[in-house]
Amino acid sequence: MGDMSEFSLGVKAFIRTYRWRKIDPVPWTPLSKPLSECRLGLVSTAGLTLQGQQPFDDDIKGGDSSYREIPWDSDIGRLVENHRSESWDHRGVEQDPNIAFPLDRLRELVEQGGVGSLAERYLSFMGSVTATGRMVRDVVPEARASFVDQGVDIALLVPV
Amino acid sequence: MGLIAAELERHGISTVVIQLLRLVAEKVGPPRGLMVPFRHGYPLDTPNDPEKQMAVIQAALQLLEDPSQEPPALVDYSPDAKG
Repeated sequence: MGDMSEFSLGVKAFIRTYRWRKIDPVPWTPLSKPLSECRLGLVSTAGLTLQGQQPFDDDIKGGDSSYREIPWDSDIGRLVENHRSESWDHRGVEQDPNIAFPLDRLRELVEQGGVGSLAERYLSFMGSVTATGRMVRDVVPEARASFVDQGVDIALLVPV
Repeated sequence: MGLIAAELERHGISTVVIQLLRLVAEKVGPPRGLMVPFRHGYPLDTPNDPEKQMAVIQAALQLLEDPSQEPPALVDYSPDAKG
């Protein structure tokens, strides 16, 4: 498990005192068919963009809650990491973005029959958003609609 | 992350979230979370180790298939467990 000891005193205090939005009631969609028939969508909050896409904005108060759409067949080498947080070690993602945005692994998963197909476009956020009300109201429904329109059945969500 | 998962679940998409910090997972309570023993910045284990990365992904997806789970389903990942 990630551990609080990784963080500075300030970050520890923030995590302990921040008013996390508890999900209540917890929605639940049971799997409706075998994984081998499901279309998988990926959501990551590692702050990755493709070369040529607009980077996330470090200066937005409450955090940049926008997202970028990353095509499933993108070259892993074209991902650029620009997450604003200094509270996690960026070196792993710099060495291999697959550990937070597993483009290569998901293509292999389909080849192995582990899932049926992949979303055409995955969703990449930056995370470290404290203005979650604004995000839930304005951004998350649009992101969800993208997956619904793409016929996504299951989603893997990967933070950093 | 949990809030995105909740929105997807409300619209018919089954989700699983990789969880790096138990305290946050328990406070937010996503529908399904795989709690992994890795440092922040390393959610799918080791860079340039496809086998380890795939093992985490497959464990997460197996949570979706487990009919015994109820929300919020927070399950510990055991790297050495056989899938």
